[in-house]
Amino acid sequence: MNLRAAPNFRAVWAIYRVEMARAFRTVLQSIISPVISTSLYFVVFGSAIGSRINEIDGIAYGAFIVPGLMMLSLLTQSISNASFAIYFPKFVGSIYELLSAPVSYLEIIIAYVGGAATKSIMLGLIILATAALFVPLRIEHPFWMIAFLVLTAVTFSLFGFIIGIWAKTFEQLQLVPLLIVTPLTFLGGSFYSIHMLPGIWKTITLFNPVVYLISGFRWSFYGKADVSVGVSLGMTLVFLTICIAIVAWIFKTGYRLRN
Amino acid sequence: MSSIISISGVTKTYATGFKALKEINLDIERGEIFALLGPNGAGKTTLISIVCGIVNRSSGSVTVDGHDISRDYRAARSLIGLVPQELTIDAFETVWATVNYSRGLFGKPPNKAFVEKVLRDLSLWEKKDSKAITLSGGMKRRLMIAKALSHEPRVLFLDEPTAGVDVELRQDMWAMVRRLREDGVTIILTTHYIEEAEAMANRVGVINKGEIILVEGKAELMRKLGRKQMRLELRAPLAAIPDGLSRYPLELSRGGNELTYTYDNQSDRPGVASLIRDLEAAGVQFRDLDTKNSSLEEIFVSLLRQEP
Repeated sequence: MNLRAAPNFRAVWAIYRVEMARAFRTVLQSIISPVISTSLYFVVFGSAIGSRINEIDGIAYGAFIVPGLMMLSLLTQSISNASFAIYFPKFVGSIYELLSAPVSYLEIIIAYVGGAATKSIMLGLIILATAALFVPLRIEHPFWMIAFLVLTAVTFSLFGFIIGIWAKTFEQLQLVPLLIVTPLTFLGGSFYSIHMLPGIWKTITLFNPVVYLISGFRWSFYGKADVSVGVSLGMTLVFLTICIAIVAWIFKTGYRLRN
Repeated sequence: MSSIISISGVTKTYATGFKALKEINLDIERGEIFALLGPNGAGKTTLISIVCGIVNRSSGSVTVDGHDISRDYRAARSLIGLVPQELTIDAFETVWATVNYSRGLFGKPPNKAFVEKVLRDLSLWEKKDSKAITLSGGMKRRLMIAKALSHEPRVLFLDEPTAGVDVELRQDMWAMVRRLREDGVTIILTTHYIEEAEAMANRVGVINKGEIILVEGKAELMRKLGRKQMRLELRAPLAAIPDGLSRYPLELSRGGNELTYTYDNQSDRPGVASLIRDLEAAGVQFRDLDTKNSSLEEIFVSLLRQEP
């Protein structure tokens, strides 16, 4: 990379703005539909089933599932936002402009991942506000709540970006979220504490990275966690590092972009 | 240094093993209109894509105004505007938004007056608030050009600019290209419509199977490789070419009513004047005559035929 040339902040801003504009243009799809589905979760799990479940770790069931639900949306939306944002120009061919522009890979990443993460963080906060209408909430560690929110959004936006670059068809674009991410999230303790699982399943669950995200996030709300917070944070950072390494490799080789 | 783009030893082999470019060396002069001719699949788009940074080359080097396209990619790319062959635009953006986006992407500060001028020059101003998806094909093509010009490039690549474009737009486009050239913009266009090269280019490069087989000034090329033909409409049909005219390569056609004389521009063959004198001497009278230059197209076809 040439150190003499100044970074192209205008390009980052231009891409970021387009990405945000798309979110507002498709407000129904990007914001309202997740809010509706979250509300449905509250009605079904929180009220209908939750009324028959005792407190978990001293937390009312309805409140217990809030961090998990936020994470669920955060993960899936970060991935779909970022993967679509980079896949779409590849699909229609307009990516030529990005590739011929004087922008560095780092700037491309900051713009696209920044845009996708911003959208999913906004969404997470909207879900939090929606949840507050249904259940009493408390946030014991607001700083860590925001930290987990941002870290997760950025990490999974990066992950989505990788999928968007890798995918050659719309089917592949849906494949990873559908076959891997959704199951991992559902089995990641969104709706239960992993202590409720029988022995062997509890051990298996510990291999699920999403468990650590949800556990850490829930801790920031209620001060209670399935695994220690340090481990949660560590696992999130490990996943972030893996994503950064893959992205660095993609850009170094021009994988599926410049070949 | 007069060349604005310098391509040396560039090759491209795709992962499939297909050699799209074999050792390309080419210099584009500052301010010229250069036409890159070649049949489909010759490597025109691959070459342009490499210079613009869209495709990685396998080997070789390229500089744009002295800036290496890898080491100094920001400086190199900010000089270049590209209008690709396919109509590829984000269909849901408005004309105004997408052209300003392009300008930002290339790191230029916002300049509404300039973007307005570009849109007006391309007759797109009335459509500035329309989404790209609502535009006609010709309008979309104009929009692609507007995007490429939005950041005031010094070099403009037009990849098959008039493929599938109606006559009116084609003429507008040629007028625009000439205007740009007057402003000192270097223009490289690829085409397989030879009339386009013939009408606009200063120099012509012919590429075939990943190799540049010739680069020449258009005028020299026409002079060197062009042929002239003189056709004589005879007053009375001839059964055979008279003996006195045997040193001329003549052909009789239309039942002996037409005599055609073919000659290249540079050969030492006896000229038209002596033929006419000799015709008179042989008692052959003609009613009318016309001459015609072979077009670039004929030159091009004959060049490609010579290729093994």
